[in-house]
Amino acid sequence: MSAISVSGLRKTYGDKVVLDGIDFDVPAGSIFSLLGPNGAGKTTTVNVLTTLLRADAGSVRIGGHDVATATKRVRSLIGVTGQFAAVDELLSARENLQLMADLKRLRPSDRVITGLLERFDLVESADKMTATYSGGMRRKLDLAMTLVGNPEIIFLDEPTTGLDPRSRRTMWSIVRELVAEGTTIFLTTQYLEEADQLADRIAVLNQGKLVAQGTPEELKRQVPGAHLQLRIGGLSDLQLAARLLPGSTSDDDELTLRVPHDGEPRSLLALLNRLDEHGIDLVEFSVHTPDLDDVFLSLTDQNITNNLREEAIAR
Amino acid sequence: MSAVATSLGDSVVMLRRNLKHTLRNPTTVFNAILFPIVIMLIFVKVFGGAFDVGSSYIDYVTPGLLVMAVGYGLSATAVSVNSDMTTGVINRLKVMDVSRGSVLTGHVVVTALRCLFACAAIIGVAFALGFRPSAGALDWLGVVGLVSLLGFAAAWLTVALGLAAKSVETAGIATVPLIMLPFLSSAFVPAESMGFGLRQFAEYQPFTPIIETLRDLLFGTPSTGTAIVAIAWCVGLAVVGYVWSVSTFNKRA
Repeated sequence: MSAISVSGLRKTYGDKVVLDGIDFDVPAGSIFSLLGPNGAGKTTTVNVLTTLLRADAGSVRIGGHDVATATKRVRSLIGVTGQFAAVDELLSARENLQLMADLKRLRPSDRVITGLLERFDLVESADKMTATYSGGMRRKLDLAMTLVGNPEIIFLDEPTTGLDPRSRRTMWSIVRELVAEGTTIFLTTQYLEEADQLADRIAVLNQGKLVAQGTPEELKRQVPGAHLQLRIGGLSDLQLAARLLPGSTSDDDELTLRVPHDGEPRSLLALLNRLDEHGIDLVEFSVHTPDLDDVFLSLTDQNITNNLREEAIAR
Repeated sequence: MSAVATSLGDSVVMLRRNLKHTLRNPTTVFNAILFPIVIMLIFVKVFGGAFDVGSSYIDYVTPGLLVMAVGYGLSATAVSVNSDMTTGVINRLKVMDVSRGSVLTGHVVVTALRCLFACAAIIGVAFALGFRPSAGALDWLGVVGLVSLLGFAAAWLTVALGLAAKSVETAGIATVPLIMLPFLSSAFVPAESMGFGLRQFAEYQPFTPIIETLRDLLFGTPSTGTAIVAIAWCVGLAVVGYVWSVSTFNKRA
């Protein structure tokens, strides 16, 4: 079943097209990450999906309900943690959680609140005003507030932007726990590592369009540039190897050979066996796969993409 | 639960939250309650002796000070509404399907209560300084009613200013005109004593009929005409503030 299903989503502000026909689908119980540079339209997407903004065209269904016609039903299913920690600074963590529980009419709420404070490691400062909290603590409290009432589908808009590595890892482990419990997570981020670590599927948003979609591995495979780097023991061997491996480029000074290859183990093994059969003295080899950074840069900048294509053709 | 009960329940929750804000923020208490008293002491004790208003100055100036006290409590509301908007608290509440009105009425009711409290403080200090009104119980009821109505109207206008402001800083100074207006009215000196232009402005601006009505209630028989103009201004400002607030609230995400 789809927790989120979006088709043909469009949103314009005046004559500026922010979202230009977006389609994607998020299965229940999975993590979907929307990746994109600043200004790509990530927050606008979250705002439309969470009923804060109306789309100009297209359909958005959350938990099977249309956001435009069953707004109330959708709101009862979702929890949203926005880009800035939306906590009340003049209230304590406990009071902030109490406020959420009161507005959701959870009674009795004490156990829920104590449970969340413990889970997010906020017990010690539970009764201090949140104005005194660090950025990481605020984010944790923000997420804890979102969890009051156990929403089925959670939207996290850049939840770790501005956090130190340790707090980021804490957030990640909380997100993983939530998914293990069956929650669906929609996550926007500009950190590729975050999407790589957490997401089951990634969509890359650039200038209002989805330029790629898939698992992290699928995306990495889309980018040209994966290759093997071989160091050979002598010049004659190098020349022989270059003839054996079509498409390779050799560097006679460094005695290295660069072979386009996606790193797939079976064909890699065959390649190495072939070199061995011809008695080639292989000194060293390494596999270079593009990381998500390469994917991101190549997909979100048209010029770079074109350059890469030319490079690939030239090779 | 019916829609009305839900909305009422939400309003009570939000009201409690905003009350806590006021009590925990010493600056708000100082600006809203102590600052008008400081201004009062300056006018009565420092300048008052030099003004000739045809009666005891404290008796003349107290109605104007009530209106001014309402103005001083507003900037805290504008700032708090704006930070709710800019920090995402309002978006969080919108997504939770909290009844739309309750978020704003929470702010409005607390603001109006704070204004009433500030006015009570002004009246208290005024009595200590020799304020001797001739008002009966019914007149006092009228004073409380008009001040509440003004507080309510000013609160809606302030909420709108807070929602519309781009930043907390802008929100903070957006209410300055409401603080300045009493100075350009008959609050401190009679409008007749002002120069051409300023006098006409003072006579026709909203605070003058309100101040005159308060003065009449406290010291004599109110003129129905002025009272109607005063009430009309309050209702008008409240409606403008309300409509502006609700449309900004629904629009900004």
